Amino acid sequence: MNNLFTNTGSPSFTEFLGAYAPDLLPTRAQALAVPVEDQIPHATTIIAATCAGGVVMAGDRRATSGNIISQRDMEKVFRTDDYSCVGIAGTASTGIELARLYRVELEHYEKMEGRSLSTEGKANRLATMIRGNLAMAMQGLVVVPLFAAYDPDRDAGRIFGYDVGGGPYEQRQYHSIGSGSIFARGSLKKLYRENSSAEDVVLTCLQALYDAADDDSATGGPDVTRKIWPVVAVITADGYRRLSDDEVAEYVQRLIDGRMTDPDGPTAPLR
Amino acid sequence: MSMPFGYASPEQIMRDRAEYARKGIARGRSVVVMQYADGILFVAPNPSKALHKISEIYDRIGFAAVGRYNEFESLRLAGIRYADINGYTYNRSDVTGRGLANLYAQQLGMIFTESIKSLEVEIVVAEVGEEPERDQIYRLTFDGSVFDEQGMAVIGGQAEAVSGRLKERYREGLPLAQALEAALFALTEPGGERPAPAQLEVAVLDRNREHRKFLRLAGPRLQRLLEETELPTPPAEPSPAPAPETQPPIGPEGEIDTGSGE
Repeated sequence: MNNLFTNTGSPSFTEFLGAYAPDLLPTRAQALAVPVEDQIPHATTIIAATCAGGVVMAGDRRATSGNIISQRDMEKVFRTDDYSCVGIAGTASTGIELARLYRVELEHYEKMEGRSLSTEGKANRLATMIRGNLAMAMQGLVVVPLFAAYDPDRDAGRIFGYDVGGGPYEQRQYHSIGSGSIFARGSLKKLYRENSSAEDVVLTCLQALYDAADDDSATGGPDVTRKIWPVVAVITADGYRRLSDDEVAEYVQRLIDGRMTDPDGPTAPLR
Repeated sequence: MSMPFGYASPEQIMRDRAEYARKGIARGRSVVVMQYADGILFVAPNPSKALHKISEIYDRIGFAAVGRYNEFESLRLAGIRYADINGYTYNRSDVTGRGLANLYAQQLGMIFTESIKSLEVEIVVAEVGEEPERDQIYRLTFDGSVFDEQGMAVIGGQAEAVSGRLKERYREGLPLAQALEAALFALTEPGGERPAPAQLEVAVLDRNREHRKFLRLAGPRLQRLLEETELPTPPAEPSPAPAPETQPPIGPEGEIDTGSGE
């Protein structure tokens, strides 16, 4: 208990956790007898794209272990504070724990210091946490996040990507991660328009997710019969807002109606 | 039987420490914590923008303190560590005001009995519930005693006088503007001038907010709220107060208690 009252000299929750209860760190190093590979669930495709005055993040709901669908309604986009969110791809369990720790990390700093971290500060902090997981990543517990935030200093949305060694890599306009990201990025390349309204960008992201699910078996499309829709979050000057199921259902309905006549979705002009 | 030189009885030591702490606390100005319709309101006269007397501990828990800044600041930081580590280990809903109050009580009690000098602080831990009946306000004193307060708590220098004035105005379920008005009435000495908005630190734990309930009210928002309290005066007119608040223009630090009248 007394440990709580000792000044650690740092407003970082992760550092405090490392000293106080190191076994609670998601990135604690453990030697696994055998690399885990496909035996535990993996989370898949996440997309982020900037819109006018903000940023949109969308993620599918599928988790897979090898060829098995281990969960149909998984959530992989997490609110981390009022102006930022994280989407995770890779080992689902480690990713969820990491996102939870990251949320506490941002909030802890804010309460300790009485101010929020800068957007770059938040992105860098996440990079350090990912790098801490490198030893585990080498044994198959790979986690790669995508970070999106509204930057009040620029009045614009910003996106940061990572690799297993950390990062961050700031991305302009849009980015995607996970197994379906290649297909999603191809789709985004053709459909994304700079400075579109948030509504348009939400639809663009859903189209890209649909294209990813179309070609990647590990990415789930909208599940119409079970009414499981992708998670969509919009961050603007008004803060983080996750779209309700009803709202997303409406977008998805529009998307599916269009694809009934044109299964490959909208086409970009050739010239 | 001869006493060793410099002997003091335990009773004497405790009395001296308590006296010392009380004097230290009495020097500061009071802080009011009270329930209002949507949650819990914190009001503190505080000219400093950087050194807070009121702060957020966790989703539903707020903290207010008076006394020596460095002492209650270290308590505040420890409270945040306690809340964050428990919320992270278990679940966010498993962090409670009662648990935090107990932690503080143990630490304050231990320091009071074991250290040469007790902490010169008085603190309030408040937790907002889903409905008003489940709101909790705990007041803790320098020796580790915990008081489970009903509806309102006042800490600091002139706590008794202030809480007397607050009782006159306090009612259950006051709207925010009226609750703020009541708090300011209580914090203003009869005949004294109300602290300017820039000299006030105001925050709420609003049960209707999402995620984190704590919100600081400052700048234009506080200004608007204060204007709201001044214009429509029918429900609780400040005029029955013993003195009209027209003069004397005392500086914000002018009425600091010297600590002599404990």
